Amino acid sequence: MTARGGKLTNALIFAVICAASLLFLMPFIWMLSTALKSPAEAVSRNIRIIPEKIMWSNFAEALNAVPFMGYVGNSLIVAASAVVLTVFINCLAGYAFAKYNFKGKNVLFIMILSTLMIPVHIIMIPNFFILKNLGWLNTYVGLVVPRAAEAFGLFLARQFIKEIPDEMIEAARIDGAGEFAIFRKIIVPNIGPLIAVLIIFTFMWRWNDLIWPLIVLTKHEMYTVQLGLAIAKGEHFINWNILMCLTLMSIIPIMIVFVFFQRYFVQGFAHSGLKG
Amino acid sequence: MFASFDRLKKNSVKIVPYLFIAPNIALFVTFMIIPILFTFYISLFNWSILGTPEFAGLSNYRKLFSDSVFFKALGNTLYYTVGSVSISVVLGLAGAILLNRKIPLRPFFRGVFFAPVVVSLVATGLIWSWMFNGTYGLINHVLSLLGLQGVNWLSSPVWAMPALIMTTVWFKTGYCMVIYLASLQNIPPSLYEAGEMDGANGWQRFWHITLPMLRPTTVFVLVISVINGFMVFDLIYTMTNGGPGRATTVLVQYIYQKSFVESEMGYGSALGTFFFFVVLALTSLILFTGREQR
Repeated sequence: MTARGGKLTNALIFAVICAASLLFLMPFIWMLSTALKSPAEAVSRNIRIIPEKIMWSNFAEALNAVPFMGYVGNSLIVAASAVVLTVFINCLAGYAFAKYNFKGKNVLFIMILSTLMIPVHIIMIPNFFILKNLGWLNTYVGLVVPRAAEAFGLFLARQFIKEIPDEMIEAARIDGAGEFAIFRKIIVPNIGPLIAVLIIFTFMWRWNDLIWPLIVLTKHEMYTVQLGLAIAKGEHFINWNILMCLTLMSIIPIMIVFVFFQRYFVQGFAHSGLKG
Repeated sequence: MFASFDRLKKNSVKIVPYLFIAPNIALFVTFMIIPILFTFYISLFNWSILGTPEFAGLSNYRKLFSDSVFFKALGNTLYYTVGSVSISVVLGLAGAILLNRKIPLRPFFRGVFFAPVVVSLVATGLIWSWMFNGTYGLINHVLSLLGLQGVNWLSSPVWAMPALIMTTVWFKTGYCMVIYLASLQNIPPSLYEAGEMDGANGWQRFWHITLPMLRPTTVFVLVISVINGFMVFDLIYTMTNGGPGRATTVLVQYIYQKSFVESEMGYGSALGTFFFFVVLALTSLILFTGREQR
């Protein structure tokens, strides 16, 4: 009897989960549906999920309405260079904090860790002036470099590298390997999963970021995808079907990464809180 | 000769860690530590972007306490945070418990609930602005099918904030769920078996075993979510820009507006300093109460 009760409960739970996931998918479905509708159908009073006539031409129109490919180019340049720089300097510093003893180590580490909870929003003003004085406003350098060092990556790198046995490092040192060679030949090959998490998170964070580009950029040709999208919403000549088309195109890259690397997203999020 | 070579090598090993952390520390100091100190400093001046700064003592802070918009923004931030965090945490926990059973297609469902987490807040804001559109939005369509009168969500002073909270629940629930799911799998099954032998029913097992075992996770999720709630900006910037009127103006957005739109840098920095201490206090409060009860 309990077994049958259990089966019934499981069937009920399955039904609840199906209904809930449909609810959660609905905004995506509605976005896709609107993106493929004609302007008239997008604002029609009949709800149709599958458009009467699928308007593939919306994509071409969307690309004409705003310089979307330019935004994509900027975002890709920023995200790719941020990934390389962030992963490199955070792993290197994480290695130093994990495996060396040096004066001031704990103080420096606590100082960095305490910035984990500091919202970048409160330091917008000084950063604007620092960037202005460096001549970094409206540049890729200004978008990438200032936020390449971040506490979450460093913390994760230190935890992960701690697990590598000291004997491996000592053995290499006795063999006469230089300190950087040890990092390159012993550490890097042993931290694959860490590097994967860092690459994926840095890419996602940079691709999705709005606030930093908002501070650094005023020139339209430098706009990133998110900034361009946020501005496009305010343009009254752009219809909703075109806006949804742009939104759809903006989330395709991150969705592809998500579908293939779901495991790493879950691992990374369990250690951080990188979402507003 | 060998001895001196050894010493040389030993000395270089001493410098090496500093070289390895140098890029990180340089960036942290330049773009994090100095800006924080600078924010405290600017808050003591009256400064518009074009003029020269004028020392003003604590007058920016006095202004803060008589600024009704500031209190409105503070209230809105609390409303948003409490509303979105409480619903998302409860739904996330419920979802995790349901998904913790052996049901078909589990990875698929987990992916569905988690997918909104990776979507940018700008895209999220655009999708939901369209969902909540007063005339053509899906939500009002569905309401009218149910025989209910829809509202003009994002331009209504009453309904704009609930709409923002619902949007947040959409992307926050999956985050809470995934974290709860991970720690549910760490609860030893023997605890449940013992509970069953003592005749505890499902509800009692949840209340006396699951919930206490999940307490550290709950503290973690709460700290992260509350802080993120206080920092909300992108979503509001995209969906309502603080309106209608001041109905959805939140702290960060008010700081942004004062500093960059109205170019009252000094006052914006005073707001930022206040915000800094609020986040600090919140973090320690939640961490402290979490430790107390354990």
